Order: sequence, then C-alpha cells, then structure tokens
Amino acid sequence: MVTRIEGSVPEIALEGVSKRYRNAAVALEGISLTVERGEFVTFLGPSGCGKSTLLKLVSGLSPVSDGGVKVNGMTPGNARELMGFIFQDATLLPWRTVEQNVGLGMQLEHAARTARRERVAKMLELVSLSHVAKRYPRELSGGMKMRVSIARALASRPRILLMDEPFAALDEMTRDRLNEELLRLYSEQKWTVLFVTHSVAEAVFLSSRVVILAAHPGRVAHEMKVNLPWPRTAETRESEAYEEQVMEASRLLRGVYQG
Amino acid sequence: MNRPWMLAVNSVIVFVCLLGLWQGLIEMNRLPPYILPGPLVVASALRERFPSLMNSLLITTEEAAGGLAASIVAGVGVAMIFAQWRGLRQLLYPYTILLQTVPIIAIAPLIINWVGAGIFAVMIVTFIICLAPIIANTTQGLISVDENLINLFVMHKATWAQTLFLLRLPNAMPNLFAGIRISAGISVVGGILGELFAGSTRVGEGGLGYAIVYANDQMETAYLFALVIAATVLGFSFFFIVMFLEWLALHKWHASSLPQSAE
Repeated sequence: MVTRIEGSVPEIALEGVSKRYRNAAVALEGISLTVERGEFVTFLGPSGCGKSTLLKLVSGLSPVSDGGVKVNGMTPGNARELMGFIFQDATLLPWRTVEQNVGLGMQLEHAARTARRERVAKMLELVSLSHVAKRYPRELSGGMKMRVSIARALASRPRILLMDEPFAALDEMTRDRLNEELLRLYSEQKWTVLFVTHSVAEAVFLSSRVVILAAHPGRVAHEMKVNLPWPRTAETRESEAYEEQVMEASRLLRGVYQG
Repeated sequence: MNRPWMLAVNSVIVFVCLLGLWQGLIEMNRLPPYILPGPLVVASALRERFPSLMNSLLITTEEAAGGLAASIVAGVGVAMIFAQWRGLRQLLYPYTILLQTVPIIAIAPLIINWVGAGIFAVMIVTFIICLAPIIANTTQGLISVDENLINLFVMHKATWAQTLFLLRLPNAMPNLFAGIRISAGISVVGGILGELFAGSTRVGEGGLGYAIVYANDQMETAYLFALVIAATVLGFSFFFIVMFLEWLALHKWHASSLPQSAE
C-alpha cells in the first residue's frame, strides 16, 4: 500500500523482541517485524502464540524482555497519543452513557467541553449510533457496544489502531458487517492497524498483510500479502480471489498447528 | 428490591397484621399490662410520654447518624489509601478486623475517660462498629477494576486522580452501598448499646437506650414497648433511606437495581 519515503522511519518496528513472564514461560521470541504507515496487518495464530501480548508490547502496556520496539521512531510509552487500543470486550464504563463513554478519552486528555461535544457527536454519527447517545451500555447489543468502543478510540484521532480480537464475541453476521464498516473508516482515515484475530476469513478480508504466528514460543511462522483489490465490500467475500487467499492462509495456519 | 416503595407498602401491611395478632393474644389470655401490654396500652403510653420519647429518639438518631456518617467518610478515605498502596493494605488490613472484634463494653470506659459520657461518646462507639464493613466493601470495589479499563486509562495518560475519581470510585459505588446498608443497620443498635455504656444519664439527655433501662427499672412496661417500637422504626427508616439513596445512585446502570424484565 504505502511505501516508505527514503530516510523516514517505519510506523512500527520490532527488532528481536522477546517476552518472558516471571514464571519463565516464553510468550514471544525473536519477533522482528516492520509495519509501514497505512498498512493493515493482522496477526493470526493458535491460542498461546502471544498475539495479544504483541499488541501489549507495541502499546507499551507491557515491557519487552529483550529487543526493541519503536513506534514512529519513539518508545511505545512516548508514542501513546498516536495509538488507540480497542480491546476484546468493549470495556465501556457502565455508569456512563454512550456519549459520555465516547468522550472519555478526550476528557482524560483535558479537551475543551465544546470541542468534545462536537467530536463525540461526529464519532457517533460515524458509527451510526447517534440515536442511542443517551443510553447506558447495558441497554445495547454486543455489536453496538463494540461500535461505541471504536468510536471512543477514534475520538482521540489515533494514527495507529491496535485491535485485540475486537469482534471475537460477536455473531458472524454482526462481525461481517462491522468488518465492512471498519474498512470503510480505514479507507477514509488511513490509520495503520495491527489487528489480532483467530478467524482466517476475517484476517484475509481486512488485511493488506497477514502474519501467521506459531506457539511455544510465539514466533513469526509465515507472512502473507493479501492480493485483493480495494475497496473491499460484502461482494469481495464472493470472489474467487478471496476464496483462494482464504485457502492459502488456512494452509499456512494448518502447517503451524501440525509443526 | 426493584421498587423500594412496593417493599415499603408490603412491610407496613405485615406490621399491621402483627399488631392485630398481638392484641388478639392479650385478649384471649387476659394478660396483665406489666407482663405484656397490648398495642392499645402501648399506644396510650406513647401518646402520654410522646415529648420525652421524641427527645430520646432524636438523641439516638443523632448518635447513630453521626457515627454512621463519620464511618462512611473515614471508611472511604481509608479504603482509598488501601487501594492505592497494596503493601500498606496487606500490613494494616488485619487491624480493621479488630474494630469489629473489640468488645464495646471494654473500651467504653476509655472513651468516657477521653471525651466524657454523652452524645459524642456514643457517636464514637457507633463510628467504631460501623467502620469495618465500609472499609472492607469499599476497598474491594476500588481494587476489583477490569484490567483493560485500567489499560484504557493508561493509554490516555490518565493521572492518578483521574483514575481514582473517574474509574475506581464509580466502580466501587455498589460495594460502598453494600457496606453502608450493613452499617446503617448496626448503627442504630450501636447507638442504643453505646448509650448503655457511654450515654449521658442527665434528665432529658438520655437516648433510647438510656430510656429503655429507665423504663425497665420503673416497671413501665408499656413505655418500654413504645421505646422498642421507636427503636425499630428508627432502624427501618435508616434502612429505607439507604436503599433509596442506593437506588438513586445506581438504578440507571447497575444490574442489582434494575428491573429484571430487561434482557
């Protein structure tokens, strides 16, 4: 998609990154990976391959044991305002209304009240949730909650989105629709995305590149460029090219499970 | 629990039925009033001694409410410190259990020694027995926050104060109210009990506990019953006020105060 301008830094760079836990279990070993600005990279792999841990390292929520992580040339901790993290559960504050949840990040960053209100309204419109602005999270469906979570992350204008199995708990129909919605926003806003999933179909549909991880210890087993035209819509799933790519990714993933 | 007023109405109905049963028992067995006064005799004693009963009731209310309020303020404060410093919590938490196990009868003389007998001394007794449930429950609520919510706040560079006031405290509200509900009940008991050991004995300054002892000594059994009823009403009032406040604070978002029909 986007190629690097000579001399500029990659958006995300991991060099020989390892993560060991205190109980000596190795979660990740020797991960080296470069992600350019505007790429949509999906991590796919068996449970225990450390794909969620990888996002925690990039965001700086968890420190690396070895190696280095650079985000736009900075340490993860210093690059926080560039990143938005979307968790597996919507992680909304149940005592806040939808609009108050969407405005949370801006409130924490001390944004002015009027600017906040405008931005929140715009974000709710973006995810088609303006009609439930005053509702509480418990009144929403799983898919709606996840859209609130996405709106909250986008409100802070992140350049990089880290998404940790955001749609894993949703039914397939809802997941497909949210995937399409996500790509529509991606084409407009041009973030760099790191996305974790264990759905092959989802990975192929969304990504420009799929990174397949092996477990024990977590390491990069394969990388696969997804050759599907943009923009991708619901029809993309019916194309032969898509089927082929899904089969290819499945084959690579199967190798990881057997290996 | 869904509709506090429904519960209140039902409670009143049960209360009236019990009164009827009580009067019926007296009539059937022809019991003399000094053994067991009927509700009508109690009612007339209540009417005759109303000013002094109200005076005692007010004093006990003041003691119980004062002690309870102080325990909420101090309990939340201690819980906030416990939530912030894990080491301190592990070191000091066992001592909060002391608050519950210390016999009031043993420390009452100390309290009188320090502040003198009277309303303030009883407030301290109430405060001591109300404190532990508030600390225990609130601390639990402050520290059991979803890890990813904490991560979310970290990602947005939230300050220590933002994490406390926008995340931990609201998260602890259901727990805080669970604590207050327990403490509200025992605050009335604490006030009455405290008066027995640390209350004032000057005329017109004794609360319900003092008046109960007095009525018992004078064999004024009917007035004794009136006092017991007043104490019960006071306990109920505290309970319902707390339940109402809890409903007010939580009904919009928390599962415990929502109608079950949803979902």
